[in-house]
Amino acid sequence: MWLPTFATDRIVRRRPEWHAKPLATTTAAAGACRIAAVNRAGQACGIAPGMTLADARALVPDLVAVAATPAEDGHALTRLAEWCMRYTPWVAVDPTDQDGSALWLDVTGCTHLFGGEGRLLRDLEARLARFGFAARAAVADTPGAAWAWARFAALRTADDGIVPSGMHRTRIAALPVAGLRLAPDLVETLHGLGLRRIGDLYPIPRAALAARFGRLVLYRLDQALGTMPEPISPLAEPPAQRAVLAFPEPVMTAAGIAAAVQHLVENLCDTLAQQALGARRLMLSCYRSDGRIATRAIGTSAPSRDPAHLFRLFREHLDAIDPGFGLDVMALAATEVAPLAPSQASLAPASDATARELAHLVDVLGTRLGPAQVRRLAARASHIPERAVARVAAGTAPAAPAWPVGERPLRLLPHPEPIDVTAPVPDGPPMQFVWRRCTHRVARAMGPERICGEWWRDDAKPRDYYHVEDNAGRRFWVYREDLYRPDAPARWYLHGLFA
Amino acid sequence: MASPKSAAIAALRRQLMMGDGLSPSPAPQVTRLGIAAIDAVLPWGGLPGGAIHEVTGPENDGAATGFCTTLLARLSAGTRPVLWVTAHDDLYAPGLAAFGLSPERLIVVRARRAAETFWTIEEALRCRSLAAVLGEVRGPSRTVARRLQLVARSSGVTAVLLRHDEDDAFANAITRWHVVSARRDDAAEDDSDARWRVDLVRCRGRIHGEEGYVARWFVEWRAATGDFGVVADLRDRPDRPAPARMAR
Repeated sequence: MWLPTFATDRIVRRRPEWHAKPLATTTAAAGACRIAAVNRAGQACGIAPGMTLADARALVPDLVAVAATPAEDGHALTRLAEWCMRYTPWVAVDPTDQDGSALWLDVTGCTHLFGGEGRLLRDLEARLARFGFAARAAVADTPGAAWAWARFAALRTADDGIVPSGMHRTRIAALPVAGLRLAPDLVETLHGLGLRRIGDLYPIPRAALAARFGRLVLYRLDQALGTMPEPISPLAEPPAQRAVLAFPEPVMTAAGIAAAVQHLVENLCDTLAQQALGARRLMLSCYRSDGRIATRAIGTSAPSRDPAHLFRLFREHLDAIDPGFGLDVMALAATEVAPLAPSQASLAPASDATARELAHLVDVLGTRLGPAQVRRLAARASHIPERAVARVAAGTAPAAPAWPVGERPLRLLPHPEPIDVTAPVPDGPPMQFVWRRCTHRVARAMGPERICGEWWRDDAKPRDYYHVEDNAGRRFWVYREDLYRPDAPARWYLHGLFA
Repeated sequence: MASPKSAAIAALRRQLMMGDGLSPSPAPQVTRLGIAAIDAVLPWGGLPGGAIHEVTGPENDGAATGFCTTLLARLSAGTRPVLWVTAHDDLYAPGLAAFGLSPERLIVVRARRAAETFWTIEEALRCRSLAAVLGEVRGPSRTVARRLQLVARSSGVTAVLLRHDEDDAFANAITRWHVVSARRDDAAEDDSDARWRVDLVRCRGRIHGEEGYVARWFVEWRAATGDFGVVADLRDRPDRPAPARMAR
């Protein structure tokens, strides 16, 4: 798909009153202000990219010139490519282009969802025209042929953009050699030898072609004819499984959206079941009629293809989807899948059902509160108390614990709290301390247990832990930071509560 | 020896239980606390499942947490998972393990707002795979309390609510406990690791005395064996044995 005047179309989208005027974007290059892109009206007046602004102004005095913003154009093109994922997950931004912008869409196997190639092209062009982007789209068997057809074929209706399967060799033969994605000087050379059309190159022996013009001509010709494969690397890795639902009329109501999601989830789960897969992450993309995309992702703690469960996870998110003026297309993609053996409910052991039910609960809680809030506690090899416990995903299988030796509190404060301590001897246990404005008289103290910092960390100060009991029987875990030094006051902290 | 009279009384008592937030049928699963003196006072011989139990205690005292951990360990019976809804994220797994609650059987959920906490408790109570759900809460409203009770009764999952505020009792709990640390004897032969004063403040089927509780025990815990024992503390013991009268 070729967008010949993408940069200037973007400007006109913001300033509609410039629609009919000659418009150009300029960049400062080689000491002069040069034209970078020009709209159709400007092209009609003879302005071409690469001219200096002064020359262009001489041709068209009322030319509107705006500074080019290549970075923003690039972002906009990427956003447009994301929007194009409504048609196919395999979308790429064309890297080889100099004039205008282009996108690749691999629509293999997707066209039936939109009623065939012709209707897909009509739909695509109509929507882009509504956004204000001039586009020339072509469908062919090979990327090279589609490129040539989009630029040089006469496209009166959208159906002209379709090169029927197997016909690309004969169809592109009549197009100029510039359609082979060659540099301008190479095109000049070919023209100089009378080779004006792609078809003129067919009878020339391959060895002679390579020897005379370099390998690139041969390479591009082979790519266009399909004798050499041309991989397109997509913008985002296409998901493993995807279900798409296109609506004849935009959907706006919450009930309609919910029904559509349910339908998508059921479709996707059927596909997953056929391949013995379960989804770990799902991404719902809602394509709004104004071109915006709303996406919502959910994750599961264990692979699942239970439609009721997955729909329930999405239901938490449906309220947050703003349909705007309606949703045209919804797509549900399983972005992460894992093998999940088919199960027979009656034969599965009861423990399986228990584990599944628990995994469902973890998913529901994680979807609402955030997966980081639903955790299991696992042992970690560290003798620093706060590092000895790791918070791991609740879906992981519990491992055999190896808890540290020594008496440990039931609650460990996330941040040790400073306390005011009265100690009879500077390096002895406390006699009395004030914590949270309450004075505790120490009736018993055990310790110290010295825990040294890990030497590979900066904050590696040793701590002397005491297990103290106040005169009401409450038991605390307090420590003095650092070794005793006569010149510095001791710093005490309360770190935990015993039962 | 079952006389017609005692059978009628038993039937009436069952009806009372049903009205009091216990699952009508089948009979609730009863979990023994393993402390004989306390189990003897509870009308069910232990803690009934599918109901709400409430534990209160001051925030700067770990005793109520320890008591709750013990309850969860008993309810989990070492195999079934339990879920703990916390606001502060300060649970320490090695300490929990010492009270018999093995952390790999525990799912910890951090919920910051009260509404999230109650939603989480309710969702978790619906999951029959869990043995129990513990929530650290602050004064639930009557509607919330009733919701939780209904969910617990229909699923059979036990709810333990741990509260640090001392407001009015949570009306739908069938037992309410107040647990604080107690001072230990100074004698050197005291080999226990912790002592709690456990008050059974409210209990369906028992009425409380003038002291404001149904029964009071001093419970000692020994870390080495992990078992509990009830001590008769001479200083703090009530004048007469804990009254265990039946509801009229």
